[in-house]
Amino acid sequence: MHPAIQGIFTIVIGVSVCGAYFYASNWVLDNAIFPAKGVKAGRNINRANMLRPWLFLLPALLALSIYLVYPGFESLFLSLTERLPGNRYSWVGLDNYRKMLVDPKFGEALFNNLLWLLIVPALSTAFGLMAAQLTDRISWGNAAKSIVFMPMAISFVGASVIWKLVYDMRPAGQEQIGVLNAIYVWLTESDPQTWLTQIPWNGFLLMVVLIWIQTGFAMVILSAALRGIPEETVEAAIVDGANPFQIFFRIKVPQIMPTILVVWTTITVTVLKVFDIVYAMTNGQWETQVLANYMFDKLFRANDWGVGSAAAMIIMLLVTPILFLNIRNARREME
Amino acid sequence: MRTDNPQRTLKWAVHLSVACLVALWIFPTLGLFVSSFRTVDQIGTSGWWAAMFPSEQNLVVRTAKPETQLKIGDLYVIEGELFAADKDVTLLAWGTSSKAIDSYVAGEVGALRKGGTIQVDAGGRYRMQNTQPFSGSRGQRVFATVTVPPEFTLANYQKVLFDKNNVEGMAQAFIATMTVTIPATIIPILIAAFAAYALAWMNFPGRALLVAAIVGLLVVPLQLALIPLLKLHMNIGIGKGYLGVWLAHTGFGLPLAIYLLRNYMASLPKDIIENARVDGATEFQIFMRIILPLSFPALASFAIFQFLWTWNDLLVAKVFLIDSSGQTVVMTAKIVDMLGSRGGNWEILATSAFVSIAVPLLMFFTLQKYLVRGLLAGSVK
Repeated sequence: MHPAIQGIFTIVIGVSVCGAYFYASNWVLDNAIFPAKGVKAGRNINRANMLRPWLFLLPALLALSIYLVYPGFESLFLSLTERLPGNRYSWVGLDNYRKMLVDPKFGEALFNNLLWLLIVPALSTAFGLMAAQLTDRISWGNAAKSIVFMPMAISFVGASVIWKLVYDMRPAGQEQIGVLNAIYVWLTESDPQTWLTQIPWNGFLLMVVLIWIQTGFAMVILSAALRGIPEETVEAAIVDGANPFQIFFRIKVPQIMPTILVVWTTITVTVLKVFDIVYAMTNGQWETQVLANYMFDKLFRANDWGVGSAAAMIIMLLVTPILFLNIRNARREME
Repeated sequence: MRTDNPQRTLKWAVHLSVACLVALWIFPTLGLFVSSFRTVDQIGTSGWWAAMFPSEQNLVVRTAKPETQLKIGDLYVIEGELFAADKDVTLLAWGTSSKAIDSYVAGEVGALRKGGTIQVDAGGRYRMQNTQPFSGSRGQRVFATVTVPPEFTLANYQKVLFDKNNVEGMAQAFIATMTVTIPATIIPILIAAFAAYALAWMNFPGRALLVAAIVGLLVVPLQLALIPLLKLHMNIGIGKGYLGVWLAHTGFGLPLAIYLLRNYMASLPKDIIENARVDGATEFQIFMRIILPLSFPALASFAIFQFLWTWNDLLVAKVFLIDSSGQTVVMTAKIVDMLGSRGGNWEILATSAFVSIAVPLLMFFTLQKYLVRGLLAGSVK
């Protein structure tokens, strides 16, 4: 059977099984277990209503537990064991972590990741804020927003191809087909560079790709926040004689600080998971390794599940503060 | 007047900075787009930005063979066109010797080495004449300096999409990507919608805790799940294949789906639901007849997110899908392989990448409204 047909079948089966489950489970609850009639009608209705949320939640909870919660614990277990032939595992304690810590590639990945964490969220948010503020003031702002937002729809792989063309190098003397080298040769009249092997610039050139993608995200969120600022605060500042820069930095930015923080942390999480860009452009060569790619390398090239899982745990560890921050914010909002 | 001038300067500064920003952001993508319509030679010899303008080229062409000469009066004459009729080139300079390729301008008459004269006009029409018959088996060489108008071709797309002999073609990968994406987008929606309704409108102990857990799961890196799930899939017999990747995408997409839909459903007016409850509608009916239709914008937002995410995904496909059969390679994986093996073949790379980018871009420009709405609702505030 062709996979596409298989896919259509899966959709039909998946959707009907889901629908049937919800319908049938509700029916059984209301008619068979706790019928809303007879002397116990009132009590039965209450009991049915106590159970019903769990019927609605069951498939989702099941999927979440199997696909996200269980793997988290299993990864922790794998990171503390060594895989032996024949699907057996032996407990090695923190050996995998020790092995990883002395691996220079891991140190490099961790260092690079920290650089990414410092630079990418900061610049994406800054550019996004700038774009949001500027485009809100002009007639063709929405068209401009669309263009800046567009890279969000492009895959990391597609973006890597796009930027690899920008960084392309042809031997000296030939016409350069990459924009960066064309400008470089024209300005400095020196030989073209293979940018992606130039340590430490290559790391920044990879970051540019993610900044290019994430700026649109920051812009969209921040633009909505800027529009939500009460007019009166801005008008009062104008009356007091504030100039546009003062209005922006002293009146508007402080008011949207919580949103800026949200954008910042969201991009931070994206940065921690970034894999495709590094994998596609340099595959971690020339000192551009990052944690997610290091982990992929350990898992699927070195086939070392222990160290690979340990690397995954490090990523999780780095995400954890944001996880709790998000939960706290969400709870505050629900109240 | 005094306050007006800085105001106007500022306005111009704003227009200018936005124009720069937009140019900077569109430029890289445009480069790939333009390159995908150029031939190998064009890509290799000039930057894509030059493709927009007429380019100057040096060509070597031959006149018609001596056997086509005609005798007109006392003269032997060969006439014809140097360039193919469909090529809209303009001749700037020409010559008959490789040592002096630009000895004449268009319209001038030049002497031929073996006697006689040749005249070439700007369009490439030439006339050779001599009192003696022309001899030899080949035509006269002409070195021409011409300007060629911008030229674009669909041949790359033809090759990448429709050439059956091209093993690197994207047609199969395109179908594979589709096959991954559509079920992986649709299946989570229904599961998430029911859960979101329970979390938004039903009262039960532990609800707040569950919402907090969903928010937490939003940021859990899926790297954590790769090995354990692959192990699980292998153990229960799903193995590597479409079913596995559908399930994985469903699981990974659920936190966002539930979070988005719950936020949206919770913002629906309370009266509608309570009136329906008073009228004796069951929760199931309320959900199916009221909540689900009203939540369409949120469902659309999530569907777009999930579609973009699964379409653009590389990691999940590489881990859960691609088996040794080679039949299940999605476009992103194929492009990455090409980047490694054929890094310099920009005509193929650019075209393949654009085939893969085109669908999300189309979706982006038509459904941007929902995407923006989803982003605003989906970011944890």
